Amino acid sequence: MKIFRNQLIYGAISWLVPVCLLFIWQVGAKDGWISDRVLPAPMDIFTSFVDIYESGELWIHLKTSCGRAFGGFAIGGSIGILLGVLTGSSRIMERLLDTSVQMIRNIPHLALTPLVILWFGIGEEAKLFLIALGVMFPVYLNTFHGIRSVDVQLIEMGRAYGLSRWHMLKDIIFPGALPSILVGVRYGLGVMWLTLIVAETIAASSGLGYMAMNARELLQTDVVVLAILLYAVLGKLADVLARAMERRWLRWHPNYQIARA
Amino acid sequence: MKMEKQEIASAGKAEELNGVAIKLQGLGKQYGPLNVLQGLDLDIAPGEFVAIVGRSGCGKSTLLRLLAGLEKQDQGDLRIDGEELVFLRKDTRVMFQEARLLPWKSVLNNVGLGLSGKWQPSALDVLAQVGLADRAGDWPVVLSGGQRQRVSLAKALIHTPQLLLLDEPLGALDALTRIEMQDLIERLWQQYRFTALLVTHDVAEAVAMADRVVLIESGRITLDRKIPLPRPRMRGDHEFAALEGEVLQHVLGRQLSERGH
Repeated sequence: MKIFRNQLIYGAISWLVPVCLLFIWQVGAKDGWISDRVLPAPMDIFTSFVDIYESGELWIHLKTSCGRAFGGFAIGGSIGILLGVLTGSSRIMERLLDTSVQMIRNIPHLALTPLVILWFGIGEEAKLFLIALGVMFPVYLNTFHGIRSVDVQLIEMGRAYGLSRWHMLKDIIFPGALPSILVGVRYGLGVMWLTLIVAETIAASSGLGYMAMNARELLQTDVVVLAILLYAVLGKLADVLARAMERRWLRWHPNYQIARA
Repeated sequence: MKMEKQEIASAGKAEELNGVAIKLQGLGKQYGPLNVLQGLDLDIAPGEFVAIVGRSGCGKSTLLRLLAGLEKQDQGDLRIDGEELVFLRKDTRVMFQEARLLPWKSVLNNVGLGLSGKWQPSALDVLAQVGLADRAGDWPVVLSGGQRQRVSLAKALIHTPQLLLLDEPLGALDALTRIEMQDLIERLWQQYRFTALLVTHDVAEAVAMADRVVLIESGRITLDRKIPLPRPRMRGDHEFAALEGEVLQHVLGRQLSERGH
């Protein structure tokens, strides 16, 4: 166990397997064990990355894809939080809306793709709609659940202190539901990328998915793999963002507190 | 708004505040078939410190919740300073068994909950009075149980209550902390001269703090005993022990005279 004390070595251990795999992949592709059509060598993918980056094409596709993803997320997330707050804090609203929301939730949103293309064509609206729809439900469910599980003792305390409805929502109910809402947001981010990929792959004239589909027609396997890798990086970035939000907004929470020296 | 500002302005000063008078007549409360309180009469003078003792489930906490305006009585009359109690009063504050601090707000912001205007100086002032001025920036989770109750006391004091309702606030504390808190509450009561109503199952606590000890048994008052001991009270001395013993025998349902049998 003594060598694990060395932070550098300990940190490097988790990278050992990926680096080895990458090495085998590179050697395998170069020696012809793996066909170029199946999987181009990592170095070739890197070269095509540099090419696309230098042509400025990458930036355009990346911007389009991210714009769609976060635009749709913002719309769907806001609707989800709003609906969750409404149904979570009012029994009548729950009665009125919850059954309908649950029914719509049970339709896989990607199944609507053909219908959505009929409605909106292959423009931006179709993608925003699909992403917003997909993101809305996890955010809604977790917001609703979070609000319902706010400590009733704290709510009673707020009542005893004569807090207004607005203060009650702002100071007690919303912060109390926030850990759960953020779980919904993280889950929603996953749905966001998945929907984006499907929507862009099926019908698009720009974006990472379009770049990949275009490259497929031209048999540029390296660009296809590059697009997949970029999706992975973006997914990871979104997750890092969600973690940062948790650390920022839940720093009061004992589970998220960084140990004090 | 204006009311609140006045309240804040007078916080920390105790001039000409004498607490409210409470008059209960024929008070009754039922939960379904369960008679929690029945025909309860009680008069409390302004500035008086009354302790209510009784076994669990005797209705003492319900009485306190009625006075706090958190629930409504089914029968009888509840008057505070001659006015019928219809809703939460701004001059009534409750200290619950649990401190009920908002974990997502700093100690200072917990004290200032629901206040507007420049409340920070008075919040620091009341925190200093409970001996926690240096913890103003901390999260509630890092405080001990006793410290949390001190914050909860400061949170009540900033509103300069005329009636302070204490719902077994010291029940969960260790013996030494409890005595310290009893002294602190007694001192602040003497300084602010609010009317205080303490619900407790600890007879020693009731005798140590109150002017009068009231015993409630199955929804009725069965003992109303003045505690004529001078303050500060010595917990160990003979008179104290005798009074404590007397009340305890009542709570246990035995008369002193029956001991010989």
